[in-house]
Amino acid sequence: MAVAGSLALLATACGSGDDGSSSGGSTAGALEGRGPITLASGKDTSGNLQNQLNAWNAKHPNEKVELKELPDDADAQRQQMVQNAQNQSDAYSVLVTDVVWTSEFAANQWITPIPEDKVPDLGKLVPATVETAKYRDKLYGVPITSDGGLLYYRKDLLTAAGITDAPKTWDELLADCQKVAATPGGKGMNCYAGQFEKYEGLTVNFSEAVNSAGGSIVDKDGKPDVDTPQALAGLQELQNGFKTGAIPKAAITYKEEESRRAFQDGKLLFLRNWPYVYSLANKTDGSSKIAGKFAVAPLPGKDGPGVSSLGGHDYTISSFAKNKATALDFINFMASEAQQKDNLSKTSLAPTWASLYDDPTLIKQFPYLPQLKASIATAQPRPRVVKYGDVTAAIQQAAYDALSKGSDPKATLTALQTKLQSLITP
Amino acid sequence: MTVTAPVAERPAKEPKQSKRPQRFNEGTGRLAALLLSPTLLVLGLVVLFPIISALRESLFTSGTKLDANGFIVKGSTFVGLDNYLDIFKGDTGHRFWNAFYNTTFFTVVCVVLETVLGVAMALIMHKAFKGRGIVRASILVPWAIPTVVSALLWKWIFQADGVANQLIGAQVLWSTEGWQSKLSVIIADTWKTAPFIGLLVLAGLQTIPAEVYEAAKVDGASVWKTFTRITLPLVKPALLVAVLFRILDTLRIFDLPFVLVGPHKDSVETLSMLAYDQAFNTRYGPAAAYATVLFIYVAVVAYAFVRILGADVIGEARAKKPGGGGGGGKRWKKKNAVKGSADTSVGAVAMGGGA
Amino acid sequence: MAAVAPQPAEAGPIRRWAPLAGVAVIVIYCLAPFYWMVVSALRRPSDQFSNKIIPAPFSIQNFKDVFAGSNGFGRGLLNSLIVAGTVTILTLIIGMVAAYTLARLDFKFKNVVLAIIITTSMFPGISLVIPLLKLFIDIKWINTYQAMIVPSLSFALPLAVWNLTSFFRQMPQELEQAAMVDGCTPAQAFRKVIIPLAAPGVFTTAIITFIAAWNEFLIALSMTNKKSIQTANVIISQFTGTTGRDQPFGSQMAAGVVVTIPLVIAVLLFQRRIVAGLTAGGVK
Repeated sequence: MAVAGSLALLATACGSGDDGSSSGGSTAGALEGRGPITLASGKDTSGNLQNQLNAWNAKHPNEKVELKELPDDADAQRQQMVQNAQNQSDAYSVLVTDVVWTSEFAANQWITPIPEDKVPDLGKLVPATVETAKYRDKLYGVPITSDGGLLYYRKDLLTAAGITDAPKTWDELLADCQKVAATPGGKGMNCYAGQFEKYEGLTVNFSEAVNSAGGSIVDKDGKPDVDTPQALAGLQELQNGFKTGAIPKAAITYKEEESRRAFQDGKLLFLRNWPYVYSLANKTDGSSKIAGKFAVAPLPGKDGPGVSSLGGHDYTISSFAKNKATALDFINFMASEAQQKDNLSKTSLAPTWASLYDDPTLIKQFPYLPQLKASIATAQPRPRVVKYGDVTAAIQQAAYDALSKGSDPKATLTALQTKLQSLITP
Repeated sequence: MTVTAPVAERPAKEPKQSKRPQRFNEGTGRLAALLLSPTLLVLGLVVLFPIISALRESLFTSGTKLDANGFIVKGSTFVGLDNYLDIFKGDTGHRFWNAFYNTTFFTVVCVVLETVLGVAMALIMHKAFKGRGIVRASILVPWAIPTVVSALLWKWIFQADGVANQLIGAQVLWSTEGWQSKLSVIIADTWKTAPFIGLLVLAGLQTIPAEVYEAAKVDGASVWKTFTRITLPLVKPALLVAVLFRILDTLRIFDLPFVLVGPHKDSVETLSMLAYDQAFNTRYGPAAAYATVLFIYVAVVAYAFVRILGADVIGEARAKKPGGGGGGGKRWKKKNAVKGSADTSVGAVAMGGGA
Repeated sequence: MAAVAPQPAEAGPIRRWAPLAGVAVIVIYCLAPFYWMVVSALRRPSDQFSNKIIPAPFSIQNFKDVFAGSNGFGRGLLNSLIVAGTVTILTLIIGMVAAYTLARLDFKFKNVVLAIIITTSMFPGISLVIPLLKLFIDIKWINTYQAMIVPSLSFALPLAVWNLTSFFRQMPQELEQAAMVDGCTPAQAFRKVIIPLAAPGVFTTAIITFIAAWNEFLIALSMTNKKSIQTANVIISQFTGTTGRDQPFGSQMAAGVVVTIPLVIAVLLFQRRIVAGLTAGGVK
């Protein structure tokens, strides 16, 4: 009896398992159906997302959006979405996806293409961010928030050392460190840190070093192109930074928060981090020792301004969702200027609406907006590949070995190139 | 809860006596099946079914090819044992054996430390003294903290400028490759799970009658001798179950190295993490193959453990049959609760002052 | 660490104080990290990075943040209690019946059954989630309590059955036989004689089951997507800072303290039962 029961279950479950051909037939892009939908997102940090949903729900009583909060951790979010897609569940209608997931989700047909003419505001968004929502030139989502790296620096110490402008190149940055070290205030200061723990942040930092030195991880056609002198120069900058102590040893354990902590404790002269640090480091409640003493600049490069990696989130539509027409309308609502402006001022999340970066009242509230605009406008996406998980793991492995074990940079990049070729070429 | 003496409360119906022998012999197979069915049903539904479906999955691959439009070709292909063979090839094989070594290393070191600490904790919790309720509760605190939270806590403690480094006055980068990351996992795991062994052993200690100790005292046995000759043999079943389940758990260790040190670090990567990594990248076939290999490894270790050390744990059925089953002179069965009829090895001591 | 038998009265100071020192060392070892957790929770959020031994100034802001309305943490605690409580009760009932059967009845394949039961705790838990999710979607169990209870039950049963079997086996069979001579049915003999005597094992199993079910995370996360049914652990995983990138370590630790305290209370209550077992029991 018991055995029969579990055998029956086994049969049904296996039956639905591998005949994937019948499923996911929504690739034609029929965005039809109206009614209630859900929004799968990481935690609504400020509560503002719920406010925005309330505003939408008040206007669309028959097409309400329910928020499904996922864990804070990005990997855990992705995993919940993938699990639901694997089971063709309609529990999530609109997905808030990290920009690096687009290719994988699209290639698996877990998300539905969106015709560009159905997104009226597309032309108003920062072009680099729109690219993150595309796979093989087809649009699969609408970018709602963006993110770019900034160089935080101790303006007070630079001024004391007689330096007026933030460094534009890596060499200038190192020279500034020397000058500051010679001043009384610069005693015991570490020069620079980013995020070098073996995780996604290392891919971001490594890509920025390579891109800022004129190299690239993948070329314009999406082919791996990391075994170049430019990429080598980028990697060597970081490697030498660790060797000479310009980058403190502890930075190999830094994620965003650890590096922010070092900067706020007044131990770092320069910090590469995201815009979120700005308001936290300016807090005067005692948590930051450097409130009012720092400023931001675009990232430094080899011979000129550097190139940031692009962060942020797109809103995409699950292929297995019901009421896709409502989902599309809702995404357009969230992409609108009014909503993005509201969201920026309440949550400080970087918008994708280009003109907001020039809005004087917003700049007053967020003085880093002009620098962030420059950062995002020239930012490079991380490799947009289907096997992103494997690609980023390979990049992290190579960069981590080079930075922590001091492995030969040239050989490391050659090996990385081979590895990426096996992962990217279909 | 007051415990009644083994005397019936209600007067009995007359012919009970004749029923008793049947109870233990006849039709027991069917009765046993009936009584065991809830357990087997639950386990079958929630664990055996997924295991079987994973075994099946491990023979397939899917999602490896892109079609002309850049879409992943749907459906899965039967690949036989390829997923298993791939595990042992080239770089992957290197990574596998490294993870295999780490898993074994963590299991041996952690379980040994936890056993020693756990038994010590049990002995302390067993002692009668004022405030022992509080002591017991505090010993169990580490085990009670959710793994999600305790992993974060230890990560915080082991940060570059965390309290651990402040205490030892040096900057050890705990999450980097090397012995220190292994050590951090061992410290956190031992801290968290030694109380588990302690609790189970404590329960075992509770069933040892005081008379046995009194007898030992009368005989003038030393503290150490009492421990090794009486306490240890008598808590052996409880201890073995506790250690066995710790071995099963530690062989599958995942959360602590993953959160505390991080994924893809050679020093702490375990077999569970390899399976996770495959599944994370939606390669469910290879993931299932890794899980199955780990499963087989765990089963072999558990079997060896029970064979070598644990005849007592499940060996009763054999022992009861006349002349059946191996087992050395150390076998002892259902004897310790009553009146000093203890194990033969401690019998002399126990009998000496028995009730 | 030898400290079982009571010390003779004439023991020297070292012999008298050594066990006490052992107790102190073990307690400090167990509590120090927990202390750090409590201290971190009691700092002001702005002092989150401090390494001071005592939080100054002291603040309960983190606890307030934990219970902030939008988190639904109170509801999460209730859900955890429902799930863990049900799992514990069911595990004890089902597990005791199975363990008693295995300990007392003489039938073929006994060892095979024991082996099958333990085999189910040998598969990596993370590999069970996807097939289970598929199954629960098929039978429409998503966002139900049973989707969390039944898996936790199956994770707890092997240890419960094995542990209880080893306990029941130590009970002399003569006890039930005597009880049955006195007119108990086998079921009564089990309930009135064996269970009380095996109380240490039963309550230990209860504590371990409760803690394991209370701390279960992966299944609870995957099988639910509605806030009203999520357990406290899932809610903790959703905690985040003001911008999503900053980590709210203080409130995570505060939440950790809040979810741990019910367990400590449960242990305090149950542990008396562990001791109550034999000392209060009938066999003297």
